[in-house]
Amino acid sequence: MDWLYALMPIAGVEIFWPGLIILGLGVGMIGGFFGMGGGWMVTPGLNILGFPMAFAIGTDIAQMAGPALISTARHTRFGNVDYKLGLIMVGGTVCGFEASAQLIMWLERMGKVDFYVRAAYLVLLTLVAWLVFTDVSRKMRKDREARAAGRTLDKLSTGIEWHKRLHNIRIPPVVHFQRAGIRCSAWLPISVSFLTGLLAGVLGIGGGLIRMPALIYLIGCPTHLAVGTDLFEVAISGLYGAASYSYKGRTELMAAVIMLIGASVGAQIGSVATKYVKGYGIRIFFGVAVVGCAVSIVFKLIAAASPALRAFFDKAATVLILGLVTSLSLYIFTRFLLGVREELAAKRMYRASV
Amino acid sequence: MLTRSTRLRQLGILLLLIPTQLLAAAGKAEAIVIVADSRRFTGWKAWWTNLYNESHLLFALATIVIIPTLGLILGSLTGLLLSRIGIDLRSRELAEH
Repeated sequence: MDWLYALMPIAGVEIFWPGLIILGLGVGMIGGFFGMGGGWMVTPGLNILGFPMAFAIGTDIAQMAGPALISTARHTRFGNVDYKLGLIMVGGTVCGFEASAQLIMWLERMGKVDFYVRAAYLVLLTLVAWLVFTDVSRKMRKDREARAAGRTLDKLSTGIEWHKRLHNIRIPPVVHFQRAGIRCSAWLPISVSFLTGLLAGVLGIGGGLIRMPALIYLIGCPTHLAVGTDLFEVAISGLYGAASYSYKGRTELMAAVIMLIGASVGAQIGSVATKYVKGYGIRIFFGVAVVGCAVSIVFKLIAAASPALRAFFDKAATVLILGLVTSLSLYIFTRFLLGVREELAAKRMYRASV
Repeated sequence: MLTRSTRLRQLGILLLLIPTQLLAAAGKAEAIVIVADSRRFTGWKAWWTNLYNESHLLFALATIVIIPTLGLILGSLTGLLLSRIGIDLRSRELAEH
């Protein structure tokens, strides 16, 4: 069974390479479907496979750019990417990342940086989960009220409508984002992306987990457009991160390439699966992913606070994340298969009738 | 009881103070240098490990060329396979929230 293990030239460890492909497949699917890079999922997975932590983050970010580019290209075909919005937000995100580097060094001087970062991450994830599920419940209530009144609700209506108030703040220059169907001050996406970049840099994540809900609830993008536009940003930040970490010598490119084999397939499957799921379906499962991530952070905090329980809660956090990745990937793959079956059946019926 | 405008003003002042804190931050943390052991390898692995040890700049350039190129090739192959199955990869229903 030696052939199942590959010796990594830089890290100098033997890794079970089919595990890397499976991890890449799951991350690619989830990334293509939700518009995230998936850093919060990959690191525990690499940990389980015995990957040295010194290389885990850099390798993860390096492979992130590949599936993000693939998913962006696919979402562009579906009309899900607003490049103008994405480019404006990239500028804000990069400034936010740079500011976060300074903030992290300031926190390091204070000490307990891990604790502050994890606690901040937990607060943020709780807020995002609250936003998503409040939005879903308000939308469902609006749907019920519309049905009871015998009228049809506008397809573009949403539960939480903070973006409408923010669109009314017309500080020049006012920009029209045609693909997203939004007219607002350019300072809105710039400040939102600066904030998400700052938070992502401080928390050590790619930012998709924060930027996706920010695009939906603060900027007002439809869900599918938020997914595609976010992936465009993930691709750019992934390339930048790949260059940065590789220059610091923290990337095991061979592992990134092996993961990319699975991630390339997964990214296509995840992107195509968005065709078959309505916007609110994507939001609900995004909320589930956020809750799972928050619970794993709680486990990590307990593990850090209590040496007696550390081993148990560290393992529990890893099992939770990998279980979440597996179940989300299975859900996405199932929706993909069911959607493909319906689409092919509809095509056959159309051809038979013509 | 604070009014909304007073709360917003206080939040704005707080946000303006953050840059001064960032500028007062300390210098960079020390970097650890990792050296790959190239003695165990031959062929392309030895060449790759030596590239890593000799020049992180070239290593970084190779990374940002290989990853997107390989990603796009593999993604295109997968896309080709999916379109051969008969899936429409060019359109979907109009966006809704």
